[in-house]
Amino acid sequence: MTDITPKDKGSMLRPLKALSFLFREPATLPMKPRPAAKAYRGFHLNDWEKCVGCATCQQICDNDAIRMVHVPELPADPAKGVRPRRPAIDYGRCCWCALCVDVCPTGSLSMSREYIHVSRDLDTYLILPDEKGMHGEPYPRGWTKDDDTDLLDLTRRNMPMEDADARADNFSEICEGYDPQTAMLEASRCVQCGMCHDACPAHMHAPEYIRAIFEGDFEKSVEWIYRTNPFPQVCGRVCTHRCETACSIGKRGEPVAIRWLKRAAVDNVRQEKTIAIALRGMAKEKTGRKIAIAGAGPAGLTAAFDLAKLGHDVTVYEEKPEPGGMMRYGIPEYRLPYDRIDADIDVIRAAGVKIECNTRLGRDISLDALKGACDAVLLATGLNMGRSTRIPGSDHPDVRAAVDLLARITAGEEIDVPERIVVIGGGNVAFDIARSMARLQRRKYGKVDITVTALEERGKMLADEEEVIESAEEGVTLVNARGPKQVVIEDGKLKGLETVKCLSIFDEEGRFHPKYDENDLILHPADMVIEAIGQMSDVSWLGEELTEQLEWSRGRIKVDDAGHTSVNWLWAAGDLVRGPDVISAIAFGHKAAEDIHATIMGETD
Amino acid sequence: MSDLKQIPAIPDPDAIEPSDVYDLYFGPNHPGIEGNYSIRVRLSGDRIIEAVADGGYLHRGFEKIMEERLWMQNIALVPRICVPDPVPMEETYARSVEMIGGLTPPERAQWIRVLMLETSRICAHLFTFGGNAATVGLYTNMFWGVTMRDLFLDIFEEITGARIYHIYITPGGVRRDLPDGVLDRLEALLDELERRMPQFEDLFFNNAVVINRASGTGSMSAEQALAWGATGPNLRACGVASDIRRDDPYLVYPQLDFDIVTEEGGDALARMMVRKGEVVQSVRILRQVIPRLRELKGPVRCPLPNPLAWDLPAGEAYARTESSKGELAFYTVSSGGPRPYRVHVRGASSMHAVQVLEHLLTGARIEDVAQIMFSLDACPPEVDR
Repeated sequence: MTDITPKDKGSMLRPLKALSFLFREPATLPMKPRPAAKAYRGFHLNDWEKCVGCATCQQICDNDAIRMVHVPELPADPAKGVRPRRPAIDYGRCCWCALCVDVCPTGSLSMSREYIHVSRDLDTYLILPDEKGMHGEPYPRGWTKDDDTDLLDLTRRNMPMEDADARADNFSEICEGYDPQTAMLEASRCVQCGMCHDACPAHMHAPEYIRAIFEGDFEKSVEWIYRTNPFPQVCGRVCTHRCETACSIGKRGEPVAIRWLKRAAVDNVRQEKTIAIALRGMAKEKTGRKIAIAGAGPAGLTAAFDLAKLGHDVTVYEEKPEPGGMMRYGIPEYRLPYDRIDADIDVIRAAGVKIECNTRLGRDISLDALKGACDAVLLATGLNMGRSTRIPGSDHPDVRAAVDLLARITAGEEIDVPERIVVIGGGNVAFDIARSMARLQRRKYGKVDITVTALEERGKMLADEEEVIESAEEGVTLVNARGPKQVVIEDGKLKGLETVKCLSIFDEEGRFHPKYDENDLILHPADMVIEAIGQMSDVSWLGEELTEQLEWSRGRIKVDDAGHTSVNWLWAAGDLVRGPDVISAIAFGHKAAEDIHATIMGETD
Repeated sequence: MSDLKQIPAIPDPDAIEPSDVYDLYFGPNHPGIEGNYSIRVRLSGDRIIEAVADGGYLHRGFEKIMEERLWMQNIALVPRICVPDPVPMEETYARSVEMIGGLTPPERAQWIRVLMLETSRICAHLFTFGGNAATVGLYTNMFWGVTMRDLFLDIFEEITGARIYHIYITPGGVRRDLPDGVLDRLEALLDELERRMPQFEDLFFNNAVVINRASGTGSMSAEQALAWGATGPNLRACGVASDIRRDDPYLVYPQLDFDIVTEEGGDALARMMVRKGEVVQSVRILRQVIPRLRELKGPVRCPLPNPLAWDLPAGEAYARTESSKGELAFYTVSSGGPRPYRVHVRGASSMHAVQVLEHLLTGARIEDVAQIMFSLDACPPEVDR
């Protein structure tokens, strides 16, 4: 040992210092039990009321400690973005990092201040936490999500839009679309939970195409989109976006702008490239089967595209001069420019689909002729006639149907634009016609006088919220909770619409049965009344024989889930048999095409 | 290469020649070593004639696992690389990500990070006081050191929600703001530490057992220390005033007033004296940080993207921090994506526990092995990442 003396020997009495410790509490005295710190990261807690089973916690977990467990007694509602699944935690893997809490879109997860669990049964370490804690033992709350710890971006990127002054007298498109950078930023908010996929009638691969946009690969995004939807330009603009209603980011914040992202994907890929991408996987050989489709709307064209890609010879017959159906003749140009519809239809044409316009069934071509020439016929003629309220005076020539007027505006026809207009209806069609007429009024008179009378309360409107807001900016007046009573006519001239206060719309069993307060009447003075309360189909072209042959259900042709009617060679899809929107029609078109293909190929194979 | 590096075959007992030279496995489970760490020593009598360090008993593949995890997920992994001093791991990883992503943490977050780093340094040194004392048979000191450290862990628990694996510092700042009143409690604890420091002094640094055992044990010159890659307190104990907080400042260290503690001699005692001085300096730094944090308001994290969709641009960064063990660095490479392409951790202990230790053990006596290892404050999990 090296012989070095202490540097400081000090006093010889120094060892006596130790005596002072005799009367002190030892430093190592066991500490009294105390609760863990307020933000302790102990066992998990999960509020099952808030949790929607989105599995984002499972995705962020870096140790695969979280597994989603199906709980059959929980409600499942894909439309609202609720899955009957809850996270189970494996405490053999968990590292208590609480990233699951910080990333939880609903804020249902938190951690407790308890961390001790002792058991010989290993299964008890795999737990399904709820509000009560672990194995039913109540635990105090520890680490919770707050503004500091929240890892999600709850604010949507703004969509650049024309302001009210710039758009009020013209039909140019209002939304300008995301630029690629903004689209990528918006896409980065997605947590890939797939609620949107479940909610979408066509089950679009939204997580995948959003991810591709985030990666800056717009072509890959378009490829994902075309797997389930041949109308990205249309749906990227006017889809009812049920995906966004279900979006788990929307549970606390603004949902990811899935619809605008779809638009951004196609906006940022050249049309020729889009066609090339859309036609990937096209059958190399023709099957030799012929299929006729009546109606060039979303259902008919979707089925036509699918069937053409499978190698069939498809012809679509359309009554109007241009294809597109309600997308073109029902939706105003400021929401959906016609050249964007053309872009989608060009892709469908490129797949070999023949579209014969100005051809009406029963007038220009008979169903019998089609039956003889084709292996299958699909009816997708939609709902092209406006419903009437049938209130007194509704047969007056100045009471018009919204769908007729919208179609005439699209066709570029001259229409009467009176100074004062009242619209009956609270859906998107009511606002489409109100806003279209407002533009024409502003052009003609320099001012707008349009009143929309909706049966619903303001908070329960069927129309999209942005329609209500934007129409108000353009000068349209909205009156809520008013039911139409009668059209007031004096000396054969329309004076206005009398409405009555609506107390409730549905009865106890949820059926449409409005109750009115007959004492509360208002006269809305007008020169024209437009009815926008729904549409119905015109199937007079079916002919007596076929009408007899077909089975019907509540005035509509009865079909199975794939659109097959009771007549072997005939299918029906879209609004004609089941509504209510473009994406539902597209979904139906896919199903019908699949069934037609399976049926006609199955017969010979 | 020495045959000590090879695992020998079991010899035939009859064939063993009588000899005073024999090989001994020191570890991998030995109370004189922090964690699972093995040293194979060849002895002649009780004198070591050769030593080979083997850190492979604690291989957890951190660097490789990090390549498979998202940028944000890795914050849960990094503190595990060095258990006694986890905060510099979090800080250095976060800073390397910030350098690649061009992020700047808000000022308040930077002060909070310094508070965390210096508190962690105190904890780590208290732990080492205790451990080092235990290697020379002084268990009271060990209990005192670990008990004092526990009180600091209470502060960590309050701030971060966990005592050891704080997982608190993220790229762009920290996860949450300080809870109310924690600065007061930290201040009171610093008072308590200052009250107890003279007791440590009496029991350890003025202890003839310690001084006699530690003086001249495992000594190295400044040249040797530099050549072997020693950093931190081990280098400063050789008289070299090297400290990354000064040499390559990060966070708000340029605004702080502190001394770089150096000692002469480069032996086990000098290394512990440096650590003692550093605890004093850390307290001094914390006494400056606490009032600053009381008046400074603002966010504690810059806006970050959704962690599941967070791509960093392609690039590389070398971030280094003065940890309690020495120079800790993360060399992080991004190929432009949601995960690191490669992360290399320069654990300070990987130099201290391998080449420095092997050199210092050669010629030392068997009873000093644990003391030399502890005086180097080598943290085995840092060695094999």
